[in-house]
Amino acid sequence: MTSEIKTHAIDIASMQRDTRTLRPEEETHTLQVRDLKLYYGEKEALHGINMDIAKNRVTAFIGPSGCGKSTLLRCFNRMNDLVDSCRIEGQLLLDGENIYDRTVNVADLRRRVGMVFQKPNPFPKSIYENVAYGLRIQGVKKKRVIDETVEWALRSAALWDEVKDRLHESALGMSGGQQQRLVIARTVAVKPEVLLLDEPASALDPISTLKIEELIHELKRDFTIVIVTHNMQQAARVSDYTAFMYMGDLIEFGVTDTLFTNPTEKQTEDYITGRYG
Amino acid sequence: MRISFSEWTKSGSPWVWLNAGAVAISIIMVVGLLGLIAVRGLGHFWPADVIQADYEENGKQHTIIGELVDREMVPAPQLRGAGIEVPEGVEAMARDLLKVGNRDFGSADFIWAMDHFITHIQRPAMLFAAERLEWGNFYGYLREVKEAGKSVGHYDGYDKTQEYLALWGEFQQRIDRVLDIREQILTIEKKEIGSINYEIERLRLKERRLDLDQSTDTDAYAKIDARRKELNADYEELQKRLGDLYQQINRDTFVAEIADGRKVELPVAKIVRAFLPNDMGIGAKIVHYADKVWEFLSDEPREANTEGGIFPAIFGTVMMVILMSVLVTPFGVVAAVYLREYAKQGFITRLIRIAVNNLAGVPSIVYGVFGLGFFVYFLGGHIDDLFFPEAKPSPTFGTGGLMWASITLALLTVPVVIVATEEGLARIPRAVREGSLALGATKFETLWKVVLPMASPAMMTGVILAIARAAGEVAPLMLVGVVKLAPSLPLDGNYPYLHLDQKFMHLGFHIYDVGFQSPNVEAARPLVYATALLLVIVIALLNFSAIAIRNHLREKYKALEM
Repeated sequence: MTSEIKTHAIDIASMQRDTRTLRPEEETHTLQVRDLKLYYGEKEALHGINMDIAKNRVTAFIGPSGCGKSTLLRCFNRMNDLVDSCRIEGQLLLDGENIYDRTVNVADLRRRVGMVFQKPNPFPKSIYENVAYGLRIQGVKKKRVIDETVEWALRSAALWDEVKDRLHESALGMSGGQQQRLVIARTVAVKPEVLLLDEPASALDPISTLKIEELIHELKRDFTIVIVTHNMQQAARVSDYTAFMYMGDLIEFGVTDTLFTNPTEKQTEDYITGRYG
Repeated sequence: MRISFSEWTKSGSPWVWLNAGAVAISIIMVVGLLGLIAVRGLGHFWPADVIQADYEENGKQHTIIGELVDREMVPAPQLRGAGIEVPEGVEAMARDLLKVGNRDFGSADFIWAMDHFITHIQRPAMLFAAERLEWGNFYGYLREVKEAGKSVGHYDGYDKTQEYLALWGEFQQRIDRVLDIREQILTIEKKEIGSINYEIERLRLKERRLDLDQSTDTDAYAKIDARRKELNADYEELQKRLGDLYQQINRDTFVAEIADGRKVELPVAKIVRAFLPNDMGIGAKIVHYADKVWEFLSDEPREANTEGGIFPAIFGTVMMVILMSVLVTPFGVVAAVYLREYAKQGFITRLIRIAVNNLAGVPSIVYGVFGLGFFVYFLGGHIDDLFFPEAKPSPTFGTGGLMWASITLALLTVPVVIVATEEGLARIPRAVREGSLALGATKFETLWKVVLPMASPAMMTGVILAIARAAGEVAPLMLVGVVKLAPSLPLDGNYPYLHLDQKFMHLGFHIYDVGFQSPNVEAARPLVYATALLLVIVIALLNFSAIAIRNHLREKYKALEM
């Protein structure tokens, strides 16, 4: 147990780095949000958002509850389509193509933009079948391919060593932290371009939270990551860029360290210093 | 310590007592019901003592032999009205119901006798009872056994002697031989000749079809003729063997003395089993009992359903319930999925839901009428016109049968499955659906691979309720395919093995038929209880197996703790 905690301490140390060296103008952008407005029935929930999300970087959305950060995140893979009264205006470009175009196949889009939810939601199947689910949906039949992908995905999610001996046991028997990493492995297995994390650690204990944060660092190499979080320390620890949202508006968006140490907006400063929210 | 009434009321004790009382009464009623039918039904198979007694009525005296079945008190005025002398001061007298059998020699096999007039009751060890294929039970003393008209042993006394036992042994041997031959005859008649007849009928239909098509295919006709000749030759062969067997089975006869002292000669061929009830030890009685119960479970009925077994009814019931489940499950599930997952939730879906719920409350006989009018006459009639014109004018599907009965019951139970499945679907957490959708699964894939498996325990709940309702239904079945005696099982060795168009027997209907339509009410009454007990057991078993499946599924798709 001590050794485990120690390794975490080391990893946290290595995570402390300076994001001020990032140059936003030199990034390539995977996702571009253009004047995005979202309505629930008559009510406007997002009031014209504009932002660019950099490739292979971690972008964090912070803000008080109900500010629209999860809603915005759910626009990226069109999860809001499931809400009957929801309507969207504006554009959301993925690699330059508008994902709200009528020709876009939503299932394909969601394969390219994976999502992990607040609470772990494994399927009531075996660990193996959970990870293989996306592949089977895509019609992959070869057992060898599936086996390899499952192992790769579980390794990517730092879960392989813990579960390699019980791949065919039910996923529901795992701990909450393991379940969440399984869900990440499941999402990673279909090799999306973008990984959306909707408060992925809010239902987990501190150790599991640290593991997830470490994992985000590892995954950054292969994926563009957007994370919604309530926890400002977490945003500071894991993200390269941070967006602060308030009441459906994007108040400030920039390099994480700059935003936290030297915010340009008064509202941002109030929020991160704990004056409200 | 004394507490006031109002405090006692406030404490909730009366409420608890009331609840506990209601539960206790329910349990007593259920246990009492099951106990009654179990005791009455199962007691029937126990070999009762046969008594011999003197009976004096209006100055005339004669001997009666029979089993004591029932006893009741009759008020004196009623008896006086019937011309029976009743001593002054006596308000009621006991009257015994005796099963005297020998219907072919007396008038009825049950008689009511005044207990008062019965004297000299004895239980002679050598009095024998025989179950027969016809005319009900036989009671008497064995006097002689004959083989092809020649005596092979006789005895004239009433005591248990070596001589009598030797004669009895001879008799038993011959009964065993007869049973053996009867088995062979049955095999030939039911199986072999049955399948030949079946094929000949199919050939006839084939030929008729060719006629109807105005076919000029002489080859086909020739083939049919050739095959028919073969079959006819086989048939002749079997007929000859049957003739031999019939001659053999009729070889032996026996002579017995009955209650009024007459000696009668009867063929051994008609005996099913003969036994000495008064001479049996407890062990022999248990063996006899087990034998009778097994016969009841595994044999076909005899004598207008008042004797023998009820296997075809058990088989028909189970078969129909299984078919019904197979039909109702996909139908109900598909309808529920559409209502819950695809249909726009609004006024119309609410209306449909209300209609479906109300459908569950429609009396079952209404479904029977609908089944007869729509399925049997309309659908069945058209199916006959289209696919079986050669069999006309006799209907194939245009008459009640297993398929129509199953479909009618499926219709009757589909609301239950829809409601249960809908509730199951509503309970699947949104997060799981979103998890699947977020991986690029379509709504259909999500439903098929994640939601439906997770909802499967709820579907099974629906099926369990459907089985519970359908297995006990009788009224609609009477209109759409149940009969009191079906000549063959709906599943047999003749192609296409499962005969959906055939009529079938059903335990529920069997109870009604035996209990209320039987010419021999007294003989049938215990069978009503036995059949009712069996129906309860069959339904319980069907339900338990469905519950076992559901629990297995529940374990597998344990709901996520969210």
